[in-house]
Amino acid sequence: MIDVEVIRKDFPILTREVHGVPLVYLDSANSAQKPQVVIDAEAELYAQHYSNVARAVHTLGSEATHAYENARDTVARFINAPRRDEVIFTKNISEALNLLAYSLSNAATFPGAEKFVVGPGDNIVVTEMEHHSNLVPWQLLAQRTGAEFRFIPIDDEGRLVDAAIDERIDENTKVVSFVYQSNALGTINPVARLVARARQVGALSIIDAAQAAPHLPLDVQALGADFLAFTGHKVYGPTGIGVLWGRYELLAELPPFLGGGEMIETVSMQGTTYAAPPHRFEAGTPPIAQAPALAAAIDYLSAIGMENVREHEATITAYALDRLATVPGLRIIGPNTPLDRGATISFTMQGIHPHDIAQLLDEQGIAVRAGHHCARPVCVRYGIPATTRASFGIYTTPAEVDALIAGLLKVQEMFG
Amino acid sequence: MTASMESMYQQIILDHYKHPNHRGELEDFDAEVHHVNPTCGDEVTLRVQVRDGEIADLGWVGEGCSISQASTSVMSDLVVGAPIENALALQEKFVELMQSQGNNTLSEDEVEALEDAVAFEGVSKYPARVKCALLGWMAMKSAVAEAVGPASPATEEKS
Repeated sequence: MIDVEVIRKDFPILTREVHGVPLVYLDSANSAQKPQVVIDAEAELYAQHYSNVARAVHTLGSEATHAYENARDTVARFINAPRRDEVIFTKNISEALNLLAYSLSNAATFPGAEKFVVGPGDNIVVTEMEHHSNLVPWQLLAQRTGAEFRFIPIDDEGRLVDAAIDERIDENTKVVSFVYQSNALGTINPVARLVARARQVGALSIIDAAQAAPHLPLDVQALGADFLAFTGHKVYGPTGIGVLWGRYELLAELPPFLGGGEMIETVSMQGTTYAAPPHRFEAGTPPIAQAPALAAAIDYLSAIGMENVREHEATITAYALDRLATVPGLRIIGPNTPLDRGATISFTMQGIHPHDIAQLLDEQGIAVRAGHHCARPVCVRYGIPATTRASFGIYTTPAEVDALIAGLLKVQEMFG
Repeated sequence: MTASMESMYQQIILDHYKHPNHRGELEDFDAEVHHVNPTCGDEVTLRVQVRDGEIADLGWVGEGCSISQASTSVMSDLVVGAPIENALALQEKFVELMQSQGNNTLSEDEVEALEDAVAFEGVSKYPARVKCALLGWMAMKSAVAEAVGPASPATEEKS
């Protein structure tokens, strides 16, 4: 078990007040708060070692390059990647997924990349619970290439319709991209089943781990997918950096996405040859100060232990589900039992708009998110304009769940 | 700083939300508009009847957050029976109040003219919610514009 009170002391923002009362931060699925070690790591890079990476021969350039490349090793260990050069730094997960989608459409005109070509007659499969980052890039890829865009539907409880997995993913499927843990519903998807089906039909499998990375141990070798992506700011790291992992043999043949500095081998006016992965996919000056700060966040999480993180959050989630069930007129959108679900709970309350709920909770110092959570099709599926969402992290306490419940009852009283 | 004084949700707002005025479909009307606020998914369909340069009647139906619905109710109370000129002047003052970010510079007379609408001042501190408060007011402005022009003979015909 972890000692939440000790962890909370590492997060300076958790001591602040909002509207004259202590902050209760229940919006970690949107973005997680930062421990002091992360803030210090970014400041230290700027204060002591800052220079551009990979190209400067001077001492600072060398130190910054070491810090940046050491961060790649840290990420590789965090996800158990077999090779460090399978880890690509991006701006965030949206860029990571767009990188893949654009590299695939570039395959049509890139010598040697024929195996990646997506075109008419092929299809691309996502799920109905994707957030827009893992939905729009694939719609756009389908539009560019003439492939068909498909999705696996969800049932009333917020789980994938199992029978549809084998039906939607078929012999013509080229790409299967799906969320590990839903940001809108909290659902944890059957990764092994989806990856196995994708492999069976010869499709590429891509895991959106934005909401899984902060909460579960990740092992890309055990998961078995071809690609996996997550973003730094949700794993208690800085904004401006994300990660794309891919199997080396695939990355080695995948065409580039963005062109620019550091992604080339030789450049002439007649043509350019490209660097090996990961640099082929890291055009331009990268997030230099953010990489060591992300590494600091990962070291921080690893010291706590991802199994301990999972256990703590499972306890908090089960407690919150029990307590929310006692609020009259409250409906959970997503699985209402702790089985295969993460620490993110969306709900509606009879007769009160989610934005009113969120605003009134804010006046009591409680930060939650209201809206469609960048997953509008999920709201459409359940016939609601929006939900209120409480999401938990390593620093969430049962007392904060109690504050949420008291806050919700007060909102009901005001609107009653 | 006490929470109640700071609250965006003044009692007047909650009262109008629970018991909205001029809510309903107007049978005899000169223009109808439908406005949407994508932030909260708020919607309002508003009809106006214009007679002799006045907003003779106004009716609306809508759904959404309390701010959008209550603000439309307050707006209706203020403009029904008012000369169009005055209604549009009030609309401008309300927009100004909403853009004040909590530091309004309206005169005492202007504040008095806005009556219950002043209760929405707190909303101006939350840019994400300003559109909610403006929804009904913007709909009224469009509906009036549609009712009076450019085909003003049509308005005459009906009256």
